Amino acid sequence: MHIWVRMLLTPVPTLNSDHPMLNLFRLCALIPLVLASAASGAETRLTLTGSSSVGPLAAEIARRYEVAHADVRIDVQTGGSSRGVTDALSGRADIGMASRALKPEEKDLTAVTIALDGITIIIHRDNPVRNLTRDQVIALFTGKTVSWSAVGGPDRPVVVVNKAEGRSTLELFLHHFGLKAEQIKASVVIGDNAQGIKTVAGNPDAIGYVSMGAAQTDADAGVPVRLVSLDGLAPTVAAVGDRTWPISRPLNLVIKGEPNGHAAGFIALARSAQVNDLILDLALVPPPR
Amino acid sequence: MSRRPADAFLRVASITSVALAGLILVAVVGVIVAGALPGLRTFGPWGFLGSAIWHPSSGQVGALAMVVGTIGVTGLALLIAVPLGGLTGLASGWLLPRGLAGLLRLVVMLASGLPSIVVGLWGLTAVVPILAQWHPPGASLLAAGLVLAMMTVPTVALIVDSALRTIDQQQRQATAALGLSSWGALAAVGLPTLRGGLLTGGVLATTRALGETMAVLLVAGNVVQVPGSIFDPVRTLTAGIALEMAYATGDHRAALFVLGLIALMVVMALLLTLRWLVRDDGTGAGYV
Amino acid sequence: MSDQAWRWRDRCLSGAVLIGTCVLLGAFLWLVVDLLITAWPRLTWSFLAEIPRRSGRSGGISSILVSTALILLVCWSVVLPLGLGAAVALSSSQHRWTQWVRTSLDVLSGIPSIVLGMFGMLVFGDLMGLGFSIASGGLTLACMILPLVIRVADAALRTVPKGLIANASALGLSRTTTLLHLILPAAMPGLAAAFALGTARALAETAALVFTAGASDRMPSSLADPGRTLSVHIYELAMNVAGGDASAAASAIVLLILLILIQAGGSALLGRISGTAG
Repeated sequence: MHIWVRMLLTPVPTLNSDHPMLNLFRLCALIPLVLASAASGAETRLTLTGSSSVGPLAAEIARRYEVAHADVRIDVQTGGSSRGVTDALSGRADIGMASRALKPEEKDLTAVTIALDGITIIIHRDNPVRNLTRDQVIALFTGKTVSWSAVGGPDRPVVVVNKAEGRSTLELFLHHFGLKAEQIKASVVIGDNAQGIKTVAGNPDAIGYVSMGAAQTDADAGVPVRLVSLDGLAPTVAAVGDRTWPISRPLNLVIKGEPNGHAAGFIALARSAQVNDLILDLALVPPPR
Repeated sequence: MSRRPADAFLRVASITSVALAGLILVAVVGVIVAGALPGLRTFGPWGFLGSAIWHPSSGQVGALAMVVGTIGVTGLALLIAVPLGGLTGLASGWLLPRGLAGLLRLVVMLASGLPSIVVGLWGLTAVVPILAQWHPPGASLLAAGLVLAMMTVPTVALIVDSALRTIDQQQRQATAALGLSSWGALAAVGLPTLRGGLLTGGVLATTRALGETMAVLLVAGNVVQVPGSIFDPVRTLTAGIALEMAYATGDHRAALFVLGLIALMVVMALLLTLRWLVRDDGTGAGYV
Repeated sequence: MSDQAWRWRDRCLSGAVLIGTCVLLGAFLWLVVDLLITAWPRLTWSFLAEIPRRSGRSGGISSILVSTALILLVCWSVVLPLGLGAAVALSSSQHRWTQWVRTSLDVLSGIPSIVLGMFGMLVFGDLMGLGFSIASGGLTLACMILPLVIRVADAALRTVPKGLIANASALGLSRTTTLLHLILPAAMPGLAAAFALGTARALAETAALVFTAGASDRMPSSLADPGRTLSVHIYELAMNVAGGDASAAASAIVLLILLILIQAGGSALLGRISGTAG
């Protein structure tokens, strides 16, 4: 906090009025002032803001970094990928987090990929379909195929679950299948992966696409979703790791200019193989090193 | 007017408080307007108010469908919440004996403290699948209305309850002496207070419903369209902002700020209409 | 109406109340049972005592509880004096513009929480230099619940019979004495409702806090540190951490228990202040 704020917060009106309510009044004014003046010590602070998909991983890496370096405190905040990019550019954050590649107009920043997140198509576990070809996927999502019977399932109407505009998962999905956003005929639009998984899990006729790691973790825990093979290729974390799975998004740390001091140290740790266990624990994929 | 210093202090403190509250309102509105101006300049007001098609990445920023969605979801929620809340408030504030009334009040207070994420997730995993079986896709205006009702019934109930509890005990005893049942007593002494409580509760429930984001986002379906029935998915203004804010840049982001401004205008319009329809009649019933 | 007709009316109305209350209770119970089932593996005593590990999927929520308490403290220390003061001013004022003030407060309470979060971030975080901190979050939360508290408290104060106030001034009591010793105790049920509603609303808030108090799950050492409240923790676990559902549900159960404790403690305290029970 600024020095002048701390100086302003010096108490102390007395608490010896006869009126209990007046005392309560003054006490309420007093507490935050007293507590606020007990400000934190003089350690270095590193702030990361941005994508909530990168946040949990960054926070775990930060914790490991702090164990080795006692004089630094790293705070990880969320707010979305665009926030991460803006904050990194403006300097409000030391390092930004983005769950997408940098756009051409963001050329003042460099991106460091610390993990990969595969994108898979999911359907309800009770749906007997196991594999979809590229054309089938396009037909299902653009509304040309309206019944599951056309792709080997029961004769029930398809419920398409699509991601909201601007999201990197949507962009990558569209890019891979050569589609434009307006072409998708969505029955339901969702935001986060967890919402997508829960929506599909609650509807036997639904089809959607989400983070592979999240879907696999939930499926293993008993949530009724199934990951669908694409053109015969099985959706596994290993396939993403050796780059045979075609759709995945990068989880990036973005920095302006050259990082120095603890920022550089943190990034070095995040890039190294020492954090592979943290990455795998969050059902993500270590990037090629 | 007393000349005692305590009274003067009280007067100053009270007026300062109101002034500060007013200042906050002006500041918030100012920030929203300032944030929305670039968007308005890029797309023009008719871009937002004249169309129902929302594809900001290709320049279409029609917000009409979302305005309809917001009003529809809130309206449905109120239709359920005000009667249910009123009945519950009547139970705990007028009819039940003290022990049971306190217990009911506690449960209602707990229900009002449920974070919207909790209610939303319950709606997504428990309510939407049932609706999906009945009428796909399940995530719809109806689902959002039900979930919002769940969140606002406690507000109405608690306010009706506290309104009824302020009615003078002597008056109630008098009605009992006259041989009136609880309902008779209500008709005799409680109706203005009940009406006032329902109105205040209804207003606060409306504002809560209009500002609610997370729960609605999870269960409303979020398809930008004017709904043909309550089983159709809709998107509200607030859910629209929350869905896309995390990834929006440039013009897209500016457009979302304008959505925030429109949301604020919807709130103001609804409240001003309500205020005009129900002018305080000064009987001192105490509410509205 | 005949005697029979009265009784028929009474039974119908009582039946309606019974159905209405049961619908609410039933829905609430359904939700809580669902929560308990999901939360079961994580409901242990150590959940309350340990700090979160593995992004909250292991360990506990001790740091979250501390942050929540601090944010609530900051929030109420602003809202209690301001809210009560404004309610007193409104309820005792006869001006024409008080209706408009009430309407403005309603508008303020209808502002979406995500917008208030951005406002808080700009004003408290940037302008006042508090950054991502518990102080910033508490102040933003105060802006959020202030209109609600003022409205409910104002309505409660206005239910006090005018005769009581008239008697007091006839006896020559000062306005302050009348307020403190007559009006406030008489309006206690409504004021208690204002406190209950305000706290519940504050605890339920998520979006506004993510932008101001931050999402850091560590133990805060002062009000200048960022911190997560229970509701933000639930949100993060449910939405962004794979396999976080059980911990999220367990945190929600803890939140409910917290609300019970606050309600019980609050009404006991208010009972002692006003000299009445509950």
